[in-house]
Amino acid sequence: MSTTTPVKDPAALASWATEQKAQQDSGAPILIRVSMGTCGIAAKTGSVLEVLQSEVQSQQKEGQIEIVQTGCMGLCHSEPTIEVYDRQTRQSIFYGNVKPEHAPAIVREESSQAYGVDILTQNWYRPEEEKADVATAQARIVLRNTGRINPESIGDYVGTAGYTALAKAITSMQPDEVIQTVIDAGLRGRGGGGFPTGVKWQFAANQPAGEKFVICNADEGDPGAFMDRAVLEGDPHAVLEAMAISGYAIGAAKGVIYIRAEYPLAIERLQCAIGQALEYGLLGDNILGSGFDFDIEIKYGAGAFVCGEETALIHSIEGLRGEPIYKPPFPAVEGLWKRPTIVNNVETLANICAIVRQGPEWFRSIGTEKCPGTKVFALAGKVKRVGLVEVPMGTTLRDIVFGVGQGIANDRAFKAVQTGGPSGGCLKSDDLDTPIDYESLRALGSMMGSGGMIVMDEDDCMVNVAKFFLEFTLDESCGRCTPCRVGNKRLHEMLVKVCEGKADMRTLEKLRQLSDVIKETSLCGLGQTSPNPVLSTLRQFRREYLDHVLNHMCTAGVCSALISYEINDRCVGCTLCARNCPVSCIDGSPKELHTIDKELCIKCGVCQQVCKFHAVDKH
Amino acid sequence: MVKLSINNRDVEVPEGTSILDAASELGIKVPTLCHFKLDDFDIESKAGSCRVCVVEVEGRPNLAPSCCTPATDGMKVKTNSVRAINARRTMLDLLLSNHPKDCLTCQRNLDCDLQRLAGEMGLHRILFEGEQMEHEVDRANESIVRDPNKCIMCRRCEAACNVMQTVGILSAVDRGFDAVVMPTNKHSLAETKCTFCGQCVQACPTGALTAVNRSYDVWRELNHPAKFKVVQTAPAVRVALGEAFGQEPGSVSTGKMVAALRKLGFDRVFDTDFAADLTIMEETTELIGRLTSGENLPILTSCCPGWVKFFEHQFPDLINIPSTAKSPQQMFGAIAKTYYAEKADIAPDNMLVASVMPCLAKKYEAAREEFAPNGVRDVDIVISTRELANMIKEAGIQFNDLEESEFDNPLGESTGAGVIFGATGGVLEAALRTAADWLSDEPIEDVNFTAVRGLSGIREATVTVAGKDIRVAIASGLSNARDLLDKIRKGEARYEAIEIMACPGGCINGGGQPSIKGDTSILEKRRQALYVIDEDKQIRKSHENPSIQKLYKEFLGKPGSERAHKLLHTHYTERENA
Repeated sequence: MSTTTPVKDPAALASWATEQKAQQDSGAPILIRVSMGTCGIAAKTGSVLEVLQSEVQSQQKEGQIEIVQTGCMGLCHSEPTIEVYDRQTRQSIFYGNVKPEHAPAIVREESSQAYGVDILTQNWYRPEEEKADVATAQARIVLRNTGRINPESIGDYVGTAGYTALAKAITSMQPDEVIQTVIDAGLRGRGGGGFPTGVKWQFAANQPAGEKFVICNADEGDPGAFMDRAVLEGDPHAVLEAMAISGYAIGAAKGVIYIRAEYPLAIERLQCAIGQALEYGLLGDNILGSGFDFDIEIKYGAGAFVCGEETALIHSIEGLRGEPIYKPPFPAVEGLWKRPTIVNNVETLANICAIVRQGPEWFRSIGTEKCPGTKVFALAGKVKRVGLVEVPMGTTLRDIVFGVGQGIANDRAFKAVQTGGPSGGCLKSDDLDTPIDYESLRALGSMMGSGGMIVMDEDDCMVNVAKFFLEFTLDESCGRCTPCRVGNKRLHEMLVKVCEGKADMRTLEKLRQLSDVIKETSLCGLGQTSPNPVLSTLRQFRREYLDHVLNHMCTAGVCSALISYEINDRCVGCTLCARNCPVSCIDGSPKELHTIDKELCIKCGVCQQVCKFHAVDKH
Repeated sequence: MVKLSINNRDVEVPEGTSILDAASELGIKVPTLCHFKLDDFDIESKAGSCRVCVVEVEGRPNLAPSCCTPATDGMKVKTNSVRAINARRTMLDLLLSNHPKDCLTCQRNLDCDLQRLAGEMGLHRILFEGEQMEHEVDRANESIVRDPNKCIMCRRCEAACNVMQTVGILSAVDRGFDAVVMPTNKHSLAETKCTFCGQCVQACPTGALTAVNRSYDVWRELNHPAKFKVVQTAPAVRVALGEAFGQEPGSVSTGKMVAALRKLGFDRVFDTDFAADLTIMEETTELIGRLTSGENLPILTSCCPGWVKFFEHQFPDLINIPSTAKSPQQMFGAIAKTYYAEKADIAPDNMLVASVMPCLAKKYEAAREEFAPNGVRDVDIVISTRELANMIKEAGIQFNDLEESEFDNPLGESTGAGVIFGATGGVLEAALRTAADWLSDEPIEDVNFTAVRGLSGIREATVTVAGKDIRVAIASGLSNARDLLDKIRKGEARYEAIEIMACPGGCINGGGQPSIKGDTSILEKRRQALYVIDEDKQIRKSHENPSIQKLYKEFLGKPGSERAHKLLHTHYTERENA
């Protein structure tokens, strides 16, 4: 559509979509997608893009090659990443770790291998709706457009059936039918709670008519989790459309996106998308001539983890201190400005359009019976391929870590995988074959959380890991309730003692005892789950705790109070270690055996790193 | 109605009742710290933050905070299961682990909810010792000491300051272990729009908010050989002081109080009620003046220093409406150091004027610079009812066995109109009694203006005085005052006279009174006691007080005279909103 007149009705939308689709299919034979999410930009994809664009010009290939900037493709391990898509064969090749100097060859369509570019697995992922012929572990519903369309073009979105779900809902379905569809699909909150989304909507819909609100929770705070950011940066219209659908379902005319201010690109793309949607009448008054009005406003979070909790989030929007309060009343009954409000996370909302379009049966065909659909994980830590992965619920941890993630990097041994963000638990290799969903993870003492997944190897000390996560929750606790405010502080102090080898067996017992009480007395989800890393490591890796306490030993060699460095007789007296030691605690004349003064040593490990003769041992 | 069982006993309660209240129906008291409820004022703060009241609910994975969990049909609750007791003890353990252990020297010693709970739960050692927070103690004002190190984040003070009083200066700051309640931006109270009403002190379960204690200064002055020591006692003190000595709420202990003050060493024991009568003379003159001219109405009372500071900060546009009459405490000081000093031949700077007040803002008021002509303060030291009680105990005086004594004259003579100043509505009623007499041809018979009495937050009435309708309103509690003033500001309501007291219920519920521990029925008893004193008085109209009449005749001339203005009136200052 060349003009910017509002789309009058569903028929106009359909013809626009056809027009867009035709345009997309009839474009230049080669389409190069450049991953320009925050992560890609940080990896200097921008300079690759620049060279690509100038090469297309200088090689006069404007007719043959089209370049499009997309959101994140999820291939963090190989940014900058580009996808070269052949419109004729409908085949893609993904190039990873692309450098600007590779660009000319790519534009010349030469075999890039010659230039040292990584070629990634073909068919790395396919949108679930397109039914890929090649089976991959991944199935993309949430991330279906992310990394594929230009997030700043509403036309691109419309070309992928964008806004047809909204059109279907508001012109051919009753609000309760929409809710029933979501209930039937069995979609559960992806923010971590796993509460049935449709049921939540039903609560709000059942409240007497009047002002109601839809809030999109984009205050993604788990360290290492960035799926919401990827969706907002790569496919912002999908979230807007879903919010409008939920607004129609519960009778709300106003939506608020609560997004952390540290996501400037996501904010920019959301603003752009909202502007476009308003311009085309896909938000605002009388959407598609249906009489339904819906507006969306963006509110910024100031970087408090606890504001991801819905009551705290609502307080923050209202200008109050971001603190959770006791539920009931639930926000669906009394939420923003004391009006019925539903709070849905970005990933949850990103499922809605597909469900409305394809129907609940289709959604139920993916995932498990209790948890239909997919889950996006931010796979990080010691795996070879870190990145964003979307797999059907019920996929095993092994498939994710060793399949999609391709196993542990640097030939180290797998030790644990931590799921659920800072309040999750650590799972051992015995648990790898468990099909994962909300319940199975909880049964293992961990949780789904927002989908953080951190893989650890033999060099990770599990006591230190527990201490690390607790430091985070301690810092992010709002301090309202006693167990979270003081209890977590005490847990942390005890863990410090363990890591310093100053704890006794009684400390371990007290750790468990206090963790149990914190779990069952804390006011909100943050406190109720904060001891999980402690409890799960205490249970699964008790041996490591005992080593710290009884043998004053950290087998992973992480806890600095318990390790020491010593120079063995392989030392040739090259003096390199002595010259690099930041505290000058290494003594020795050239060509003679050197020694480390253990009193002065700060255990930074530099000597071991610089030694070329493996003459520095860590004990 | 919902039916549930608590500790295997069935109980039926209205829907929405908390488990805590349902348990109390059965006589089961679940310990609480953060829960704060003032029935008669419709104030309930259930921060759900201390987690001391957790109970076990069958089928629920975690424990339920009984103060904010509604009872539901078929619920099975155990308040004393091992799980609940263990959790409760752990909560107290954690709170104590981060709390100074200076109970013996703490101002709240023997009056601290945290200390009491630790005793009741038999917590004999702290299992989870660790780092304690370190904050500066705020002593930069005359009224309130704020020691954040003793804050347990119960948020009760926030409810008092922000909801009940709408002063809005206390809130939680920082997060995690560092979280603590403080004025916004960590200002000291002196830098804020705090009214020093002291309701936060009354709400605080620990020693985090306490009154500035001046009893030692009083002791020092009492032992000064050359000084002439005068004390005045506010109306509300006499109906609450007895509670500190185990007397029933509502007991009147005027005579014993006077006797005790003599025993402490005061040369003269006078009555603020006398000055209350004096206030009526001036304020009623002003009221009639305004009624006659029809200008600058309504008139607002100005006896309450918390209220005065409140409007100076929050309603600067209405700063010309309040009466310019000083408060009784300050009128007393001014008269004591001029009229009385002259009469008794004592140099004003050699006279100590101490006050016993139910109030903490009175400490601040006495220190306002306009109340120290030529650098000599009208009122030198203000102590609260609680401080007086402690001094009496400290002196070893057996209060309950004291022989009753009477106030000294002339500044001890007062009427029934003066004593009811201690309850909300009293000032207005006293003014109406005098106004009615002055506007009519002959004195009125019935002095009971019952329409203006009561404890409810805002009351309004139209009173016919000498055939003229006067529309009056009374507000107590600053949120009610705010509502009333907002209406006036918007022109939604018109009155001729308004009485406002900062504390809900008036001075009987002042920040310096013995704590009511959430039992507002005590206030009703104190209130009734004041009206009993009034009824028992021969003279119940301020202008009929012979000593007052003599004061005007000998010294002031007429109400509103130039001298009266110089000594008995004041001005207000617009204050910034920090």
